[in-house]
Amino acid sequence: MVPVSFYLVLSAILFTVGVAAFIYKRNIITIFMSIELMLNAVNLSFVAFANVRGNVSGHVFVFFVMVVAAAEAAAGLAIIISVFRTRETLNVDKVNLLKL
Amino acid sequence: MEQNLHLWTIPLLPLAGAAINGTVGKRLQKNVVSAIALLFPALAFLQAAWVAAAFFDLRHVPYIEEHMEWIAAGNFTVHFAFMLDQLSLVMLLVVTGVGFLIHVYSVGYMSEDPGYYRFFSYLNLFMFFMLMLILANNYLLMFVGWEGVGLASYLLIGFYFLKHSASQAGKKAFVTNRVGDFAFLIGMFLLVQKFNSLDYSVVFAGIRNGNFPVESGGAGFLTWVAICLMVGACGKSAQLPLYVWLPDAMEGPTPVSALIHAATMVTAGIYMVARSNIIFNHAPIALTCVAIIGALTAIFAASIGITQFDIKRVLAYSTISQLGYMFMACGVAAYSAAIFHLMTHAFFKALLFLSAGSVIHALSGEQDMRRMGGLKKLIPWTFMVMTAGTIAIAGIWPFAGFFSKDEILWKTWSSGPSGKIFWGIGWITALMTSFYMFRLLFMTFAGERREAEHAHVDTHGSHAAAGHAGHGHGHGIHESPWVMLGPLVALATLSFIGGWIGWPQALGGSNRFEKFLAPVFEQSETASPSQEKGAPPVAGEHAAAAPGRPQVEPGHSGTTEVHGEEGMEQLLTGLSLLAAFSGLGAAWYLYGIRPEKPAQIAEAFGGFYRTVKNKYYVDEIYQEAIIDPIVQGSDEILWRSVDAGIIDGAVNGAGSTARFFSGRLRQMQSGNIRSYAGWVAIGAVGVLAYMIYMGMQ
Repeated sequence: MVPVSFYLVLSAILFTVGVAAFIYKRNIITIFMSIELMLNAVNLSFVAFANVRGNVSGHVFVFFVMVVAAAEAAAGLAIIISVFRTRETLNVDKVNLLKL
Repeated sequence: MEQNLHLWTIPLLPLAGAAINGTVGKRLQKNVVSAIALLFPALAFLQAAWVAAAFFDLRHVPYIEEHMEWIAAGNFTVHFAFMLDQLSLVMLLVVTGVGFLIHVYSVGYMSEDPGYYRFFSYLNLFMFFMLMLILANNYLLMFVGWEGVGLASYLLIGFYFLKHSASQAGKKAFVTNRVGDFAFLIGMFLLVQKFNSLDYSVVFAGIRNGNFPVESGGAGFLTWVAICLMVGACGKSAQLPLYVWLPDAMEGPTPVSALIHAATMVTAGIYMVARSNIIFNHAPIALTCVAIIGALTAIFAASIGITQFDIKRVLAYSTISQLGYMFMACGVAAYSAAIFHLMTHAFFKALLFLSAGSVIHALSGEQDMRRMGGLKKLIPWTFMVMTAGTIAIAGIWPFAGFFSKDEILWKTWSSGPSGKIFWGIGWITALMTSFYMFRLLFMTFAGERREAEHAHVDTHGSHAAAGHAGHGHGHGIHESPWVMLGPLVALATLSFIGGWIGWPQALGGSNRFEKFLAPVFEQSETASPSQEKGAPPVAGEHAAAAPGRPQVEPGHSGTTEVHGEEGMEQLLTGLSLLAAFSGLGAAWYLYGIRPEKPAQIAEAFGGFYRTVKNKYYVDEIYQEAIIDPIVQGSDEILWRSVDAGIIDGAVNGAGSTARFFSGRLRQMQSGNIRSYAGWVAIGAVGVLAYMIYMGMQ
């Protein structure tokens, strides 16, 4: 039996990778993917805890997260497309209308 | 069950008039405005007359009417409550009666004025506040009326507000009064501190029953209260050193001068002192101050009055001087004499002012007596009533002023050794009064008409400009209409017979007036002897130890002295008549027979004459000593350093500090999503690190 700490460490690594990518990448789609990565890192720790504690609510929560992530992906991709259509770039640093 | 007198309606009626004319008067017909303006004071007067009739059936005097609680703070309460006793009844009748007559007169006098409705609204408002002042049952409610009449006075002095001098005069009156009001307030605070109440009955009962002996030895609590109240009265009643506003108040329309600055409002201070007679009787030092201030004011103002040429200013200084008389009477504890003079003065001074108004009206706004003269035939009615007023104020038998002035002089004489000095001052003042009043009369009416070439350069207000432009250049000297003459005749009658109710015993009368008022003042008078009766062996020493202490009514002394006193009183009466006639004679000689003399005399006195003519430079001294330093201090210290430097500096400093820091903080709001995410990540790491750290503990 793999100890739960292994899962958590993996989850933390994935999350950190997601954060790092979110911060350093400029392409919107990459950023989007890094968000997915963070979400799934969290999902992993949910599942790991649910398994250890023998409690189904953790599993149920993962489904919620997936549903929300799917909805977010739909809306997000739509935004990305419309941004690309208007500004012809996917570089977030160029999408800065609200900046001072 | 006591009869309900509904005192509250008396002040409220003029207030209703003021409200109607003040709000919708502009859109009403002029005669509707007059009808409203006259109806409400008339109703108030009728109500007052009815109250006076009912007064004699009252079982409990003072009659008190409580309406509602006004202020409740802890166990300190003030009520909206009205009180009627002999003193307030006299004042009530004087104010409503004379006030109504002046309203009638104003209908004629102001008829051409564009601010007609405004004028009557203010005038009714004044009546409301004055009646509140009189009928109040406690000092605070009195103070409401007190401030209110000050407001009405301000509004009416500055009635021609487009004229700079008028608005300045209004301001001056208001600010000068404020000084007195401040002292009045302090006096009230002291009373609250000691008695926890401002009701007359509570305060006076507290003084009578409490541990407040007559403070003949030195200044105690009551002396301070009395002095504060006295300063308040000095402001309102135009006594030294706060009298300066009254002469300038003549900028207002003449009926205003008659009503507010002669007959009623300025007597409020006398009324207040008389009302507080118990406090003053327990504070002989303050009482002596009152007498000194009164006597000095009387002679000081009279001397200025002799040198003035503006007809209204002569009357203004005469008013100050007569108020000084009343103050002096209060100061020797002859309150009923003061109130008696107050009443007769209200009659004849209102009459004189209104007649002067009639003269001014006839001459299309001319106020300088040097450009009058010879008006006797042109305006005979005015001449007749003004003569009556002049005889009354000069104190010639049997006109009203004779009785009241004589009463005051006799009371001063018999008030003790120092009273002789006050009597002397009063006598000289009587002489001067008679002189300057007859001077006014002769200069105005006798001799030939002196029509100076520049006589019609109209310097006296928009009234004349607006009202008499159509009359051309002075050729239309005309008697005033009956709506003006009617009140004059009524007041002249009152000036003639008004004094008879106080016909002194020494002249075979019964002095009803004094007996009528006695209950109000007798409480205090019996208070001081009872103090002495409490310790009979030292009574003599007590009195001897305080020579300046005012004596109680002479009537209380033994009957053995009555004959000697009556002889003395008759002698003094003869002397005051002599003063009146000497004044008359001197004025006749100087202004009737030898009109070139006065200028020579003025020449002979040179510098002294100029000093007096310029009112002893009091206004200039005040300007130099008080106003300029205050203005300068306000300008340089308060404005430039404190306001601009410290207060504005603090406010601006707070603003620029906030700006500086928000400028720095603004940099965080870069709009760069990735940097936000970075901050979030750093925060998350921070939280995590903290949690790990806590877990390790």
